[in-house]
This record gives sequence, C-alpha cells and structure tokens, in this order.
Amino acid sequence: MAEKFNRPDGRELTELRETKAKVGVVPNADGSAMFQQGKTIAIAAVYGPKKMHPQHQQDPRTGQLRCEYNMLSFSVSDRIRPGRNRRAMEISEITKWALEPVLMLDKYPGQVVDVHINIIQADAGTRCAGINAAAMALAHAGIPMKEMVSSISIGKLDKTMVVDLTKEEEDYHEGEGPTDIPISMTPSGKVTHMQLDGKIGVKQLQEAVDMAKVACQNILEIQKKALKDFIEGDKK
Amino acid sequence: MDKVRTTPNTTADRIRKYLKEGKRFDGRNTEDFRELVIEKGVSCKAEGSVRVKLGKTEVIVGVKMGVSEPYADSPTKGNLMVTAELLPLSSPRFESGPPRFDAIELGRVTDRGLRESGFVDFDKLCIIPGEKVWTVFVDVYSINDDGNLMDAATIGAIAAMKIAKIPKYDKEEGKVLFDELTDEGLPLTDHVPVAISVHKIGNALIVDPTREEEDISECRVTMGSSKGIISSLQKSNSKPLEMDEIKRVFEIATKVSDEINKKIDKALK
Repeated sequence: MAEKFNRPDGRELTELRETKAKVGVVPNADGSAMFQQGKTIAIAAVYGPKKMHPQHQQDPRTGQLRCEYNMLSFSVSDRIRPGRNRRAMEISEITKWALEPVLMLDKYPGQVVDVHINIIQADAGTRCAGINAAAMALAHAGIPMKEMVSSISIGKLDKTMVVDLTKEEEDYHEGEGPTDIPISMTPSGKVTHMQLDGKIGVKQLQEAVDMAKVACQNILEIQKKALKDFIEGDKK
Repeated sequence: MDKVRTTPNTTADRIRKYLKEGKRFDGRNTEDFRELVIEKGVSCKAEGSVRVKLGKTEVIVGVKMGVSEPYADSPTKGNLMVTAELLPLSSPRFESGPPRFDAIELGRVTDRGLRESGFVDFDKLCIIPGEKVWTVFVDVYSINDDGNLMDAATIGAIAAMKIAKIPKYDKEEGKVLFDELTDEGLPLTDHVPVAISVHKIGNALIVDPTREEEDISECRVTMGSSKGIISSLQKSNSKPLEMDEIKRVFEIATKVSDEINKKIDKALK
C-alpha cells in the first residue's frame, strides 16, 4: 500500500462510526435496546422466557430462542415491500445462531425467548447493529448469559482493510471493489457468526478476524456502558 | 424449521470416535470428497443442464434464459437468479409446501458465491442498454439427499452455466427463440467460485459429509473461492468456532476448492 487510503467520511481505517446505544427503549418488552452505528439504527425487543406456542414445538429438555429480523419499508431509499422476504428470513436465522451459544436456555425447558429486531434506518451493517441491539436486550431482560456478543462488519475496499462499512463504502467500485465481512464474536474470542461477500485472500481474511476482535471489544464497552447507565438511571 | 435427524446415537458415537483418530467411517480422509460424477444435458428444454452426483447425493441443475428489463441501478447489466428446491422425492425429511429455511439458505448461499466472484460478466448480458437484458435463471433441484447438498448445488450450477448456450433473440418481435440456440456460451470468466463446506464435529474439521455426518455436524462454514481468492462465506449453526479454528477452515476450503475445480473441468471435457 503506497498511498494512504482515504475513506469517504474521513474516518481512520479502524475507526468505528459514531455509535450510540440505549437500553429500555420499548417499555412493554421484558428487555429492549437500541443500537446505532452511524446512520444505521436497530431496535430490539425481547419477550420471554414464556410458554412456547404452538405447543408441539415445545422442547422439554431446553428453552428455545426465536429471532425475527425485519427492515421497515421506509428504512432504505427504494421502499421494500413489507413482510418476510428471503433475505430477512436468512438474517433472522443468522442472528439466532450468533446469539444462541451464549444463552443458558437449558434453564427454561419448554419455554421460548422471542427476539424481535427492527431496522428503522439502514446505512449498511444492519445485521451487525441488530445483533448488537439484541444481545443488549437479552441482557436487559435478565436472560442468563455466559458472555456478551458483539458484531461488526470488516471491509476490504480495493486492497485496504477497514472497519465498519457504510453503504457508500459497500458500493465502492474501484480496483478490487468492496468485500463485506460481518463477524460476531464473544469477549473470549469465539466466533459465533461470520459471512462474506466479495473477494479476499486467505491471509487477509485471517487478518479480518483479528481486526474484528479489536472492534468487537470496543463495541462491548459501548454495550456495557449502556446497560450500566440504565441501571444507574433506575436507581435515581 | 426444525431439522429432522435420523442418525441413531450408536452410529453418531462411532463417527465421533473414529474422527478422534482422524478417520472417517467410510474410509475417507477428513479432506477427501466422495466420487464426483457430472452428467451433461439431462433436460433438452434447458439452455444448459447437468446431473451432479457426490457419492449417493444427487442434484439436477438447469439454466434457463429470459429477457427482461434491467434493474434501475444497473441499466447495462444482465441478471442472475439462483433458486433451490428440496424436492420431497429426494428424502423422507422434505415435505411439500412453501420453501423452508434449508432451501432458502441453499439458494442464497449458492447465489452469492456465483455473483460475488465475478464468474459472470454481466455487462455482456446486455441487449439494449436500459431496456433489454438477459436474465440467467439457475434452478437447483435435489434428487437424492445423502449429505452435502450445498456443495453439490454449487458444483452443478457452475457446470450447467459452463455448458449453457444463449438462445436466439428476435429484436424486432422482442421474442426469445428457445428452439434456436446460438453457439455462444454465457460470458464467464476464469474466476470459478467453487464453494466448499467445512463441518466441525468435535475437534475435527471435515469436508463433504454424508447424511450421518451432516446430522451430527455442530457447525458448517461454506466458502466460495477460486485460486486462493475467497468470494463468499457463510457460517451456519450455533456452535462457535475458536479464532484459530476458523483460520484453519479458510485454508482447508481454498485447497479443496481448487481440487474440485479441476475435477469439474475434467468431467466437462
């Protein structure tokens, strides 16, 4: 890399977008949280543990996690038709896989924990923001967790590795083009979710995992602070 | 959405025990594929079609072409649509009805591998900029599920696209003449995105699982790559991977991918 790569919004290569997190955004829910990464905003609400319906899906050995990811129809420039589509179904399942390993659901046999994620505003990285919000909402709901889950998208623009892509960067078309790698990790370094679109070599992909670890630590701090702030606020 | 598992615990225990010693119950090494057979031209109405067998696993893939309006954000680019259907005839586990999650994931992961690698030169699929472009429909159907439909689907899609011929298009009438195929194949590049799924069972990482191995797989990573360049990746299921494990997965999948790519070329000759 001869010249320094300039990001469209002037961020450093490993700098996150301005990130905000808030707990308790849906009063009706047992747990809820908002996570904002730049212009991407996700809210998540947790209901449960509660009795699983339909009843035939109950598992007497363990509780279950259900996740639903949904983009509001006006969250992107071209309106999306409301309702479930294939992309949303896949991301819902990916989100479940990302969160399930840290939950101690065996404490709730026959029951279910529902996680509903809605994307209010989208500027890339919606599944990561959704997972971040959902992890906080689960903690807020008091579901026993072994550790947190934090999620970030690592990108490769032409030959340069960057953290936390925007939509503008996702559509970057010079040189080798964009590569988008959303990764979710726990503080102990377990990879619970990973996807990739684009073009990248093995060495750089291994580097991406290392970069994700650092970025996820930063996100973890933001998640923890929001949860603590909520408890402090409650005391007052 | 719940997966049906039919592997008895005794078989599962035996598979795990063998894998601890680095062996598989059908005698393969952990990074070996089953025998790959590709049969060309299984449906004469398709612009290109193949039957792919991986051991007892079998899929049929057909390519159809259509002419449509381009998307507003890519007026000079053709389109690609990949769908997969898990036919009830191919396994007692599959039922009729709207696609369940397995089928949706199969189609979407296959689609991404083909799209992101630059395998198709979409600019060359344009007929009249802003008005008419070719859409390539790649449809995958399972015929027999004995594990690893995921990789069989991508292998089939690549093979079918490689042998497909573009039909004649009557510009004045605006009609596709499906009975008159040209000699022209699809505009493909040499970035062939062969996707390989690596499964984790205990501490072992294996490729091309049989039905039984797939049943006890704790986590799957499907990675499309060509000559060491990775173009798509999806980690499935809840089991997490340690950082060094996932790095090892990248290396196994790229290596096996190049081997399978050579086998596809040999089979199509």
